[in-house]
Amino acid sequence: MDINLTLIGQTIAMIVFVWLCMKFIWPPLLSAIEERQETIAHGLAAAERGEQRLEEAQAQADEIVNDARKQATGILDQAHSRANEIVAEGKADGVTERDRQLTAAKAEIEQEANRAREDLRGQVSAIAIASAEKILQREIDGKQHEDILGKLAQEL
Amino acid sequence: MASEGGHGPQTTGEYIQHHLQNLQVCKDTSGEWVWNHCAGNPMTINVDSMFWSVLLGMVFVWLFWGAARKTSAKKPSRFQAFVEIIVDFVDSSVKDTFHGKSSLIAPLGLTIFIWVFLMNLMDLVPVDWIPELAKLAGVEYMKVVPTTDVNVTFGMSIAVFVLIIFYTIKNKGVTGFIGDLTLHPIAPPLKGPGIIAAPFIIAFNFILESVALLAKPVSLSLRLFGNMFAGELIFILIAIMFSQHIIIGAMGGVLHLGWAAFHVLIVTLQAFIFMMLTIVYLSLASESH
Repeated sequence: MDINLTLIGQTIAMIVFVWLCMKFIWPPLLSAIEERQETIAHGLAAAERGEQRLEEAQAQADEIVNDARKQATGILDQAHSRANEIVAEGKADGVTERDRQLTAAKAEIEQEANRAREDLRGQVSAIAIASAEKILQREIDGKQHEDILGKLAQEL
Repeated sequence: MASEGGHGPQTTGEYIQHHLQNLQVCKDTSGEWVWNHCAGNPMTINVDSMFWSVLLGMVFVWLFWGAARKTSAKKPSRFQAFVEIIVDFVDSSVKDTFHGKSSLIAPLGLTIFIWVFLMNLMDLVPVDWIPELAKLAGVEYMKVVPTTDVNVTFGMSIAVFVLIIFYTIKNKGVTGFIGDLTLHPIAPPLKGPGIIAAPFIIAFNFILESVALLAKPVSLSLRLFGNMFAGELIFILIAIMFSQHIIIGAMGGVLHLGWAAFHVLIVTLQAFIFMMLTIVYLSLASESH
């Protein structure tokens, strides 16, 4: 229990151990802790930034999708109206074509009828001439009486 | 168990005395180093105290140096994480109390905390194990808890005391140190007729402040010593019960467990108090009032 040299020995031992701790133990451990704290802080900040960017990207994507949808609706509307237009045009064309063809057919029919009529007229006149020939019992110069025959045929 | 050993039957008193005796080596009056006849000789070294305290200090350095060498900020091992918890705890304790910048105080606190803790922890080794082993090896006395040696606790508190004075002078100068000792708690009058009383007031302050200053290392060391010595003594008294009757021995076993469980608290608390008070004293020394 007496105070003796041990006291000085212990003081020296303590100085040595504190010095060792101060030199070799404390700085690397504390710097590791601080470095990790920094890394964690950086990581958290980066995560926050990432989240923010994700939000922005989401908003942008939404905007793009909305635009696209709007555009699609526009295109669809346009297509519809164009289709209607085409149908209407087609109808109009059809009507015109029909009218044209009708007119052409009518003209052709008339022409055909006229031709038939002419034919008939010629034949009738020929028959009439033949009959007249037979009646007169002599030949009539066809060339001499062509104008009369023509007039006749016209009248028929 | 108490009656074992090479010295024949022991009385209970002898058993206790034997357990409280350090293994000593000293220079006697003829200038020769002798073992264990050193009562009252100041040129004595308590070999067991020195051995265990230095060994435990080396255990501390080995453990923490090992952790510090393999330290990694990215992927700490389990042991590194454990060490970092302690380091962080000490660091925050220092930062809470000490507001200056010092590369010494935090490592000092860590060393004190772990070292004193390990020395106190030796108290939980059953009191006869190591002394009996030592006896087999031919060593007569072996006191395994260094903090039950007043020299050890005083040795540490004296280092702290020197640091207190060093920090006071470093931060306030020699005049500030003298001022701390003489101008508080009563401010002496510096002019007017009251100046006659100034020397008496200064003397009074000086006595008061010197006692306060000296009380710091004394209380620091005696608190630790007293707690650990008392704890060790109770373990020894419980150990006596083992050598009596089987029923008393069984009771002793229960008591031992209970006291050991309680002592774990004291061991940790005393180490923490020693560290914390060191930090507080040093922060007081480096702050002006």
